[in-house]
Amino acid sequence: MNAVLTAEGLKKSFGAVTAAANISLAFDANTVVSLIGANGAGKTTFLNMVTGYLKPDSGRIMFDRRNIVGLSPRQITKLGVSRSFQVPQLFQTLNVRDNLLIAESIAGAKDPQAATDAALARFALEPYGHQQAGLLPEGIRKLLDVAMALSSRSKLLLLDEPTSSVSADEKFAIMDVVMGAARAAGVTVIFVEHDMDIVARFAGRVVAFYDGGIIADGTPDTVLRADSVRRYVIGDEVPHAAA
Amino acid sequence: MKALAAAAVALALLIALALLAPQWLVFMAMLALAKGVVVLGLVVLMRTGLVSFGQGLYFGIGAYAAALLSHQWHIADAAVMLLAAAAAGGLIAALLGLLLARYRDIFFAMLSLALSMILYGLLVKSAALGSTDGFNLHARTFFGMAFASGMERRVFLIAGSACAVVAALMVHRLLGRHWGRLASAVRDNELRVSYLGASPYRVVYVNYLIAGALAGFGGALAALAVGHVDPETTYWTTSGEFVFIAILGGTQSIIAPFVAAAIFEALRTIASQYAPNVWQMSLGLAMLAIIMFQPAGLWSLAERWRRSA
Ligand SMILES: Nc1ncnc2c1ncn2[C@@H]1O[C@H](COP(=O)(O)OP(=O)(O)OP(=O)(O)O)[C@@H](O)[C@H]1O
Ligand SMILES: [Mg+2]
Repeated sequence: MNAVLTAEGLKKSFGAVTAAANISLAFDANTVVSLIGANGAGKTTFLNMVTGYLKPDSGRIMFDRRNIVGLSPRQITKLGVSRSFQVPQLFQTLNVRDNLLIAESIAGAKDPQAATDAALARFALEPYGHQQAGLLPEGIRKLLDVAMALSSRSKLLLLDEPTSSVSADEKFAIMDVVMGAARAAGVTVIFVEHDMDIVARFAGRVVAFYDGGIIADGTPDTVLRADSVRRYVIGDEVPHAAA
Repeated sequence: MKALAAAAVALALLIALALLAPQWLVFMAMLALAKGVVVLGLVVLMRTGLVSFGQGLYFGIGAYAAALLSHQWHIADAAVMLLAAAAAGGLIAALLGLLLARYRDIFFAMLSLALSMILYGLLVKSAALGSTDGFNLHARTFFGMAFASGMERRVFLIAGSACAVVAALMVHRLLGRHWGRLASAVRDNELRVSYLGASPYRVVYVNYLIAGALAGFGGALAALAVGHVDPETTYWTTSGEFVFIAILGGTQSIIAPFVAAAIFEALRTIASQYAPNVWQMSLGLAMLAIIMFQPAGLWSLAERWRRSA
């Protein structure tokens, strides 16, 4: 009904590889949706198409009732779509504070300094404010990447594996901070995740990708229990499954 | 406030020098100032992570613009020359920047070098502009005011100093706020800049334009000092000198380009007196020493000294 983002019939192939095979998805406002799938299933490709980094071979992407296919990442960001990356994209030689200050200034915050203070607090990054981004531990780099994405004008927040390459005991703490900040900002969240415990805990809806297509879509309970998902995504030995 | 005070002190020193120093020193100071302004522009560009090996293009354009005013249109006013040169440099940079701002790293450096060599080739071939010999320029007034002979250069140095100090202050302001951070952001990670909603292309373009205008201004100031222009102004060795001075001073301060340019000119004057044959070699050795022992430039020495004091 109240969809923020709607993808209709997205197709994308790289030579013989089909990274998106006719994907149609709608995301409602103020929901938290997780995209799961094995390596190479097409999750990042989906985010790349939504943010204008890749142009789909065919299909439409509606954001705020407007087709955004053909717009650049910069233009789409300005409309309110923010993203973090599988490998954090930071300004390595600058300190944490300046990284955030640049983000808030570009986003057009009325008082960038105050907005930066707020972001530092919201993401529990205050202790790192004066440290150089390139020298931070991976978990903090991940947090900073999300904090930079989530500026005052974000409406939709796309997170590509916010907890990858972070130690298992840090994952939940990081997600708690990220989701708390996202909720406070009132944004819709789509996050790609490989850790099913994280998915079960934070997602209200799960979409499972396989080979560029969608094999399951629904509540975490139903999707994470589906045979196809257990076989192709989680990698369980599924009893009694046809070969 | 601190910057304003520093600017006032620098200006006072330069005015004193212009009024009291012997002619040869006034000449040298003009050249050093001219190169300092060009390097100031280069430093702005280097904030975005780009080095132009072709600032001689705009240095030459500025010098020839000033000289042509005097030669073709008999305009002998130094103020008009300086302004026209900065405008000419900025205008051409606004045009070529459309192309250059798309390139990065070695491609940017080489393309800027190539463009400067095209102008060099054109000037060498152009008989109307004196080909390799170039031609003279005469500047007698400043904003219509005439001066006793011998005083002109001193007045031009004061005017040049005032402009350079204002330019340095403006650059200091610009780099101290969002724009300066944004330039560093472009140097570090363009993908993230785009994904925050800003255009790296635009940042590079504007900084290139600033560098072009400042180099044009520097070219005119040098031409006023020498009283002559020739294609050498656009030659790659001239561009190389600017990069040399930028590295010598470092890119972290807007005073560094001027200090480095002064050291450079002083060294060259001394070397050409006493060791004309090993000048190039000593340059090479100096560069080697800087890169090996002081890669952040001489300015970092001053910083360290200030911190330990
Ligand atoms: N720019 C590209 N050029 C060529 N092939 C690509 C490109 N981007 C993605 N692919 C291919 O498309 C397929 C989907 O890749 P994608 O990065 O979307 O997977 P993913 O689901 O994000 O995987 P992972 O969990 O490993 O991040 C893969 O086979 C990948 O090799
Ligand atoms: Mg991926």
